Amino acid sequence: MIRPVAGARFAPGDAVRVRDMDKEGHVRTPDYTKGKPGRIAEILGGFPNPERLAYGGDGLPERPLYKVGFRQADLWHGYGGSPADVLFIDLYEHWLEPREHGGEEKRT
Amino acid sequence: MSENGHDHPHEEPQHERSPWAARIRAIEELLEERGVFTKEEVEAQVEYMEARTYENGARIVARAWVDPAFKERLLSDTKAAAAELGVDASGTIEFATIENTDEVHNVIVCTLCSCYPRAILGRPPDWYKSFAYRSRVVVEPREVLREFGLVVPENKRVAVHDSSADLRYLVLPQRPEGTEGMGEEELAALVTRDSLIGTDVPHSTREASRV
Repeated sequence: MIRPVAGARFAPGDAVRVRDMDKEGHVRTPDYTKGKPGRIAEILGGFPNPERLAYGGDGLPERPLYKVGFRQADLWHGYGGSPADVLFIDLYEHWLEPREHGGEEKRT
Repeated sequence: MSENGHDHPHEEPQHERSPWAARIRAIEELLEERGVFTKEEVEAQVEYMEARTYENGARIVARAWVDPAFKERLLSDTKAAAAELGVDASGTIEFATIENTDEVHNVIVCTLCSCYPRAILGRPPDWYKSFAYRSRVVVEPREVLREFGLVVPENKRVAVHDSSADLRYLVLPQRPEGTEGMGEEELAALVTRDSLIGTDVPHSTREASRV
């Protein structure tokens, strides 16, 4: 953890899915992750919300930020590298939802 | 009024100013006029940035290679570890260091813009900001690395790190074999800029690495 955070909803190892929201503005969630299954790798801490910070707001309350890991094969159809290849990205909590069944996460 | 709409002249030759540069300059002047910042502050920031180069990262890596306790501190608190070597990365941006191992090779990108650990490494290379690198390295990292001259064995995992938020990442490359007798300064000279991003790895002689 890089910064302190209170009340983080997810813990390392949790199965999550990136919310597939169509939101305008200074969104730090790239389209290629939207709707994709991943796992929490690390709680990075509480950070100001860039979606408000970018427009003159203070970005408060801070949002929990997570490092989320994905299997490359879950991100890209027909991924050509090793099945063990992964991608990590830092996502804010309001872009994540719990993934109960984990069925779509490919096995390696 | 002069052509730039102000009473003070500009020193830059006109032929070097692209439309983008002219636009930035115009915005800068407006912000100066309105007291958001002063010209001196802009110049101080330029100097601050120009004083930073990847050599800071090379020194940090070399120290981590020779001092396991420093390496632990670097991996757990990059900002504090950088400060130990006189690299001031204080500020609102956080930093993290990702370690290459026998099992995983790491490579950094910012797909949304061009986030880079500037407070430590200075300005990013132009290719790092290119649309081609940003869009391709997440989709086909092994091909992109191969184009950089780096072939990652199939049995080694490739981990791409998209720095999409308030953290900036450095790669801690593996110490090359055959460098056992080398001192810290000699080791630092082996660390290339690109090896701190993950598109290169250091070799036991600088000549074998790409600069």
